[in-house]
Amino acid sequence: MLNQYETVFIMTPVLSEEQMKETVKKFEGILLEKGAEIVHQENWGLRQLAYPIAKKTSGFYHLIEFKAEPSVVKEYELQYRRDERVMRYLTILMDKHAIAYSEKRRNLRKEKETAPVVEEAPAAVETENNVNE
Amino acid sequence: MAQQSDIKYLTPIAVDIRKKKYCRFKKSGIKYIDYKDAEFLKKFVNEQGRILPRRLTGTSLKYQKKVAQAVKRARHLALLPFVTDNLKSNN
Repeated sequence: MLNQYETVFIMTPVLSEEQMKETVKKFEGILLEKGAEIVHQENWGLRQLAYPIAKKTSGFYHLIEFKAEPSVVKEYELQYRRDERVMRYLTILMDKHAIAYSEKRRNLRKEKETAPVVEEAPAAVETENNVNE
Repeated sequence: MAQQSDIKYLTPIAVDIRKKKYCRFKKSGIKYIDYKDAEFLKKFVNEQGRILPRRLTGTSLKYQKKVAQAVKRARHLALLPFVTDNLKSNN
């Protein structure tokens, strides 16, 4: 039985851009090793947190959508807990509505990428809001 | 007492007609509530970041459960605060 999952994890802001990418690659590798199929990935970059976690006020967010056996998730989350670069994680099981929604969202993002001017503006607004918080 | 009832108003008394509340998810056919969209979820929390009751937002039970789930997920990922002041005025 193959399920589709969505996982988001927050890495400490202490990491450099390269270290962050390395961490992402590590978790990607773990998933592939366990026989999961990665459907989609998104890097949200450095974001302000709504409240401090481990005395940090920002963090690198990364999202991975993958298809895997249910047993994989437990093992995968154990890796999160063992890695001190990961401050917080969340893995959810996607139902059919969630899958439909994420596909729609992906297409919207793609459209925005083809018109980069539009992509720039909302992203800038978002970061501003977070700073104000 | 009799005198009071004799008062005549020039303009009809404003009886507030309440707009019927409706579930916005049922109305617009939204099936999935995204926990990643913090801006959208802010519509369902008050200034202190607490989830608003159904009786205020008009959301149906089915979707209120999903809203609550999404808000809680967003809080876990620090997209929404657990408690705060002036959540909305800052944005």
